[in-house]
Amino acid sequence: MSSSYEARFRVWRGDVGGGALEDFGVEVNEGEVVLDIIHRLQATQAPDLAVRWNCKAGKCGSCSAEINGRPRLLCMTRMSVFTREETVTVTPLRAFPVVRDLVTDVGFNYTKAREVPAFVPPGGVGPGEYRMMQEDVDRPQEFRKCIECFLCQDTCHVVRDHEENKTAFAGPRFLMRVAELDMHPLDAAGESGLDRRRTAQDEHGLGYCNITKCCTEVCPEGIRITDNALIPLKERAADRKYDPLVWLGSKIRRRSPGE
Amino acid sequence: MSVVDRQEWDVVVVGAGGAGLRAAVEARERGARTAVICKSLFGKAHTVMAEGGIAAAMGNVNSGDNWQVHFRDTLRGGKFLNQWRMAELHAQEAPDRVWELETWGALFDRTQDGRISQRNFGGHEYPRLAHVGDRTGLELIRTLQQKIVSLQQEDFAETGDYESRLKVYQECTVTRILKEGDRVCGTFCYERESGRFFVLEAPSVVVATGGIGKSFKVTSNSWEYTGDGHALALLAGAPLLNMEFVQFHPTGMVWPPSVKGILVTESVRGDGGVLRNSEGKRFMFDYIPDVFKEKYAQSEEEGDRWYEDPDHNRRPPELLPRDEVARAINSEVKAGRGSPHGGVFLDVSTRMPAEVIRRRLPSMYHQFKELADVDITAEAMEVGPTCHYVMGGIAVDSDTAAARGVPGLFAAGEVAGGMHGSNRLGGNSLSDLLVFGRRAGLHAARYAAALTGGRPAVDGAQVDAAAAEALRPFSAEGPVSGGDDGRPPENPYTVHQALQQAMNDLVGIIRREPEMVEALERLADLRLRARRAGVEGHRQFNPGWHLALDLRNMLLVSECVARAALERTESRGGHTREDHPGMDRAWRRVNLLCRLADPTGGPAATDPVRGQIDLVRETTEPIRPDLLALFEKEELVKYLAEEELHE
Repeated sequence: MSSSYEARFRVWRGDVGGGALEDFGVEVNEGEVVLDIIHRLQATQAPDLAVRWNCKAGKCGSCSAEINGRPRLLCMTRMSVFTREETVTVTPLRAFPVVRDLVTDVGFNYTKAREVPAFVPPGGVGPGEYRMMQEDVDRPQEFRKCIECFLCQDTCHVVRDHEENKTAFAGPRFLMRVAELDMHPLDAAGESGLDRRRTAQDEHGLGYCNITKCCTEVCPEGIRITDNALIPLKERAADRKYDPLVWLGSKIRRRSPGE
Repeated sequence: MSVVDRQEWDVVVVGAGGAGLRAAVEARERGARTAVICKSLFGKAHTVMAEGGIAAAMGNVNSGDNWQVHFRDTLRGGKFLNQWRMAELHAQEAPDRVWELETWGALFDRTQDGRISQRNFGGHEYPRLAHVGDRTGLELIRTLQQKIVSLQQEDFAETGDYESRLKVYQECTVTRILKEGDRVCGTFCYERESGRFFVLEAPSVVVATGGIGKSFKVTSNSWEYTGDGHALALLAGAPLLNMEFVQFHPTGMVWPPSVKGILVTESVRGDGGVLRNSEGKRFMFDYIPDVFKEKYAQSEEEGDRWYEDPDHNRRPPELLPRDEVARAINSEVKAGRGSPHGGVFLDVSTRMPAEVIRRRLPSMYHQFKELADVDITAEAMEVGPTCHYVMGGIAVDSDTAAARGVPGLFAAGEVAGGMHGSNRLGGNSLSDLLVFGRRAGLHAARYAAALTGGRPAVDGAQVDAAAAEALRPFSAEGPVSGGDDGRPPENPYTVHQALQQAMNDLVGIIRREPEMVEALERLADLRLRARRAGVEGHRQFNPGWHLALDLRNMLLVSECVARAALERTESRGGHTREDHPGMDRAWRRVNLLCRLADPTGGPAATDPVRGQIDLVRETTEPIRPDLLALFEKEELVKYLAEEELHE
């Protein structure tokens, strides 16, 4: 069996004024990923085809798009997952305004990032004096694996087809950021008068999330966004809101492995 | 001509990787209104690709470590060609730069007693690399990004505007540094999304654009690494230092073809992975050079014992500096003892349990599984050298990061030269970004604040010239000035591929005089072709246009590499001459400086003999005696030039 073949691609081309799917026939070689094919289109048939990409190794989160309707990284989607007869359709992320071709305006995410208050360093602990146990940093470290590809932000049904929710809802990535800071062993937000759990609920729209786990399913880093970040944050926020004693209890139990 | 939007800042930082962001944080904290401009989205810089860790002599794992030992390792790794004052500052300040990241929210892996864990790496005498699994670069970028955001939040609270004192212009590219007389006065830029031009006026410009790997075919570098900062500095009149030194990382993926060159972290070896040839032999034991004989294990047994008992055993030769390992792999493949796809085998599967591999090397496990269908817990990886890093770069003052000869221009990170000498140790890059990024930001802010008698002004004619240069690819079909021999317009992608092939084949890991002469001829032809590189479509997010503009930079930098490599008739670090195989002590005192021959880019540019670059030799500053005293005499004899030993 020859390792090269011609694949059928349909790529959305256009800009803010509108556009359409364009058909291409393009060579595919053994071991290639969808981004390789997009690059081949640029080099041979459509030099001005706009696509965002950087590392081509699943580490930077730039080449997010939708392949056959599913949010994915172009660089981590191997051509071998499709049959040779299948038409591969590549479209821009649906939840964000299109700039051109496969490039969207992801400014929403940068706006939301700014709305989450930063890490608050603990008072009286100088640089070099931080002491944290590995088991205490394991959980926030999982969330820091995030490469900010924004696939979770794109797929989340709260905003995917509901532009009107964007003002009130930070999206899974930035709710996870709140959870990360809340679980940081040395974050001193509380001492500075900032209640991260309350703000998750009141300012970042945690209540909109009804844990359908779509975000977890598309995460290329395999972060368990719903189970490990959003649900625990919801539990803490609820406890905090309705029952201070329950909250205190959960604080004391904080290191139990089952939580 | 067109009216171009102008904005005024105190400091403009070009590049938003580790060095650029650290510079921006420092400049803003010193009171300078600071703009950062970057080709990609904020937070996507190439720094995220760094895997292993940040080298800093904190002594958390082995208390024998200190800055002097780190300095020594760095000089050995660089074969004593390092700008020694940079290596000294780097070793002294790296721990503070790492600890400071913790106060900004970074979460490193921990030791048993809760401090920052440190891992072994090639060329480092003690476990020295602060790390987060094998995604340390991502942690560094994210922490700096979040620090920038926190400063913007402070500014918002005070002024009601997030961007009043610190603004990131993302997906924008600088094509020219503007000057008034000798002094820097701003940058000419375009925005990818709209293709719109704009000018940032500032008396201080920090260049932190990273490397040049995209001039080579097999590389671990992303599309951004087109040598922009190197070229911008050259065009602004600053010299580049020792551009012949290009690091080929020994372990890049070799299969499948579409991922060839993607990095396989050195941590695989630091944590116990071994290199074998097709005969199953751990061949690195045959490649320990004389200068390192006393420091590396002579048997597999001793090497294996070192992981558990480093005080009584010597380290395995898989952990030699990168240049040595890359050359050894190259030789094995050439001798017919390579793996099926032209590399060698890197194996962890027989060295540690599957669960430990998945925990310590999660990204590598993921990368091979997803991209090559290889389960690294069950079988060996195939790896081979890949163009990874350029040691050469903008010649800078060690203490201030100021570029030589151009007041107001600063450089930090990979784009700056000197720090790593002829070869960089793994882990010394991330620490370099932080130490010299901070210094560049500090001195750029001071320089801007200290200006008396008014700031240099941006001249409209320079702006018009920069705009015309940037628009040229859209009218490439027309007659080309400087002689038109009737050739049709070129596809920029085709020109780029020809450049990558030429550099890979002719100025790659092993170099020979006739090949480099041929490279210079091919570069001359490619310069002609690049001038005809035409693009279709319009200015809005047009990758063909961007590549056509990047070609100017890649061609300039490639000529520097080829010219310097031809000049240096010895083998040292990231420069291996087959026709001059030994390290020559007389060359230790020699720096090679590249300057633009003709700033107007006139007819000389097409002549391979004259080209665009002038090369001059310069004698290095003698190493300070108290730093030399850190080494044994017997060791110095191997490195220093005859004259230096007598002094």
